[in-house]
Parts: sequence; C-alpha cells; structure tokens
Amino acid sequence: MNSIAQSLPIAWSLVTAGDPQLVAVVLLSLRVSALACVFGALLGVAAGAALAVLRFPGQRGVVALLNTLLALPSVVVGLTVYLLLSRSGPLGEFGLLFTPTAMVVAQSLLVMPLIAALTRRLLVSALEQGGEQLHSLGAGPLLRAGLLLAHERLGLVTVLLTAFGRAVSEVGAVMIVGGNIEGVTRVMTTTIALETSKGDLPLALALGLVLLGVVGALHALLALLQARRGQPVEALA
Amino acid sequence: MNGASPPTAAPDRMAPETLGAALGPPVLSLHAAGVSLGATTALTEVTLTLHRGERLVLVGSNGAGKTTLLRLLHGVLRPRAAAQRQVHRPQPARGGVVGAMVFQRPFFLRLSVRRNLRLALWLHGVPRAGREAQARLALQRVGLEALAERPAHTLSAGQQQRLALARAWALRPEVLFLDEPTASLDPAAKREVEALIDGIAREGVTLVMSTHNLGQAKRLASRVAHLEGGRLLALEPVDRFFGAAPLPAPTRLFLKGELPWTA
Repeated sequence: MNSIAQSLPIAWSLVTAGDPQLVAVVLLSLRVSALACVFGALLGVAAGAALAVLRFPGQRGVVALLNTLLALPSVVVGLTVYLLLSRSGPLGEFGLLFTPTAMVVAQSLLVMPLIAALTRRLLVSALEQGGEQLHSLGAGPLLRAGLLLAHERLGLVTVLLTAFGRAVSEVGAVMIVGGNIEGVTRVMTTTIALETSKGDLPLALALGLVLLGVVGALHALLALLQARRGQPVEALA
Repeated sequence: MNGASPPTAAPDRMAPETLGAALGPPVLSLHAAGVSLGATTALTEVTLTLHRGERLVLVGSNGAGKTTLLRLLHGVLRPRAAAQRQVHRPQPARGGVVGAMVFQRPFFLRLSVRRNLRLALWLHGVPRAGREAQARLALQRVGLEALAERPAHTLSAGQQQRLALARAWALRPEVLFLDEPTASLDPAAKREVEALIDGIAREGVTLVMSTHNLGQAKRLASRVAHLEGGRLLALEPVDRFFGAAPLPAPTRLFLKGELPWTA
C-alpha cells in the first residue's frame, strides 16, 4: 500500500514527462503487436472465410482445433517459436531469435487462430442471413464470403481490435523469443515483469498505466463501433 | 409409396389440356425430384413442369415444403440427382437470368438502395456502363427512386419488399420466385406489392409464389399447387382448384380449414 502511494506520483510524472525510455518501450510494443495483427489478419481472415464457406473432409476437426487454439497459451507459442528459431532449430540460420522480428512472428502465430476463429463465426452467422440471397444472385462461395465480410466490416474491425488487445497485453511469447533486451526487444509487458521483480516500481507502474490506457482506448473504440453497428458506413463500401 | 401411382404426376399431365392455348413453352421441370435436408426428407417425388407466362401459387401449411420447392426450382438447393431438375431455354429468350427469387425476409448489404441494385447487376454480369441506368429503371418500376441514396436496411418492410422485387426484376428473369411476399406487410403495402407482382407477370415473367392467403392465390394464380408433408398433393388450374375439381381428401380438408381465416 505504501509503495503504491510512493510510486504512483513518480509513475505519473514519467508518463506526463514523456520519459524517452518509456516512450521507446511503448512504441516498440505497439509496433510489434500492430505488425503481428497485420500478418495474423492476412492469414487469419482468409482461413476463417475459407472455413466458413468451403466444405471439405476433416473440416469439423479443423474448426474444433481452431476453437481450441482460441485459448492458446502465449508461453506455448513462445516456446514453439523459440525452438524453431534457436541456433539448433530448423530456422536457426536466420539468426532471428531475440530480435523484434521474432516477437512479431510469435505474436502473429498467437493471434492468427484467434482472428480465424472469430472471422469464421462472424461469417457463419452472416451467411445464415444473406448467403442464400447472394447465391441466388449468382455469387459463388468465395465471392459470398468477400461480400459478407464487407457487409460485416464493423464486426471485422472488432475482431482485429480484439486480436491487437490480446497481442499487446501478452507477456509469455515476447519474453521467451525476445529475451527482454533493453533498447532492443523490451516491450511494455516484459518491462513491467522485470522492473517489478527488480523492485523499480515507478517505471513498472508507469508502463502499467500506459498499457491500461492503450487497452482502455481499444475497448472504448470497440464500444463506439458496436454502438454504430446498425448504421451504415458508406465510406468503407 | 404403396404401389399406387403417386398423386403428383397425374394432375400435371392433365394441366396442359385444361389450360389449353394459354400455356406457353416449358421453362423448368422437375421429375420425381426429392430433397433431403440433413436427415429429414423435405420433398418427395415432386413432378412439375412450369410453362412460360403461367402463375403457379403454392399453398399448404407451415413446413409443408413450399419454401423448399421454391429453392429447388430456383436452383439454390440441389435435388438428390441432378437429372431431377431440368432447365429448358424457350425461344425467344428474355435476355436475363433463368430465375430470380424474392426471399421471405429480404437481405440487403449495408449499402444504399442504389448500390444494392448495382451490386446485383454486377453479379449478373451487366457491364459498368449499363448498371446505373438499369438500377434507376428498376427503382422507378417499384416507385422507390426517391429513396435511392438511403441505406437499404433502414427502409420499411413494405419498401424492402418492393426493393427486393426491383432487384429481382432488374435481372430480367424468365421465372420469378416469391416466398410469401406479403406475409409481414400491412394491408396497404400488401396491395402495393400484389399490384407490382401482377404487373411483372403481365410483362410475360413466369411466376411461382407461395402464400398462406388463399384470397391472394385466387387473385394472382393461374395454377394452384397444394403441398403437404413434402409431397405435391394437388396441382390444378385456379378455377378448378377452388371450383369443381375432384381434389384429394387432405387438400379438401386444407381448403376447409383455411377458408374461414382468409374470407
């Protein structure tokens, strides 16, 4: 209790002063997680759409697996990517371990199943509403999926923001594959973990505040989008 | 299936003679067609030929298979064997799609009325240059040109139904399928939609429509089909169906049961 009372003012001054160390950590965090969401979305949206409209043997199994991966522990992803990228691993020759690239790879793998599973659910319910009408108008399965994704564009943005929230707040994967190297791979969550164990509470708390702010802003955006969901967004059409 | 001839085939063979010269060339036909949805059988042994310009109205209780038959005829649902559904292409062609369907609950993308129509025309392969004019024409046809820029899903139920009709009409279909097109409309909107359907049929479009309203069937139909339990029990010209034709017992019961509500 006492330490919070002492640390909080210092933490707040770090945030308001725009402490360079803090800013660097925050920017790296946002960059890594945003890139991971871009790559995760490229694969995840396509995979989710394909699973929603195509029928193939073993599809139920793939969907069940995907739904399981929704709860994928980030340390397991970290461990897997570590094994792949380490010197003796199959991709060791690229020397990616303990670089921001490795962190992007790990977080992409973390959010890809999440994006795929949520996109599939979004499309399955959209297809129930409008799939047959679009079929009737002459659209094939993939075109139907594309049109309904455009139809549910706000839902899709919600999925991507959810994925970003998951990526930016996870600590397991970036800790393992990034190594938490100061000035290179240190992000918000890993700094918080490290500074807390070191006893440097003001910096940890300052980062905690920023992280809370980022996640809070995301959710405010989500709520705003959901409130507007019934309304048209002609600009995106 | 007790060895007796199915009640489905006989009335259809009878129809050409009774309708006489009014009957056009065949446009679509089903031959002992069946449909399974999952484990359940939705349609059994339906034999039916649609002729150009006719107005076939499907009646029957909920779950009788009316919607399934519409979807099967339209082609969004496959019969058990591909040969059970046949598309004839009578000449002169109308220059559009074989079939267009107005679903019970119309679906539009979150776009303006005009863009929804242009999308349908694009899917149909109309070149860019022609889309705008054809969309405007279709909106004029149903009296919605003033609402062209409104988001489609903000229209009232009656307006949405008219927009769905405009979208189907814009594709210049040989056959127009309508699934209870006036089911959830108020009396005024019902009359508007009915008048539009009647007008479209007068342009030579073949009509297949389901309804729970026997009065509407009398007003719009040239032939009436009664479905029950996924079987086609009766198929008669409208004056015979509501008149002197010898109908199977379930159909007589259905007409007796329905009439008090629709009179």
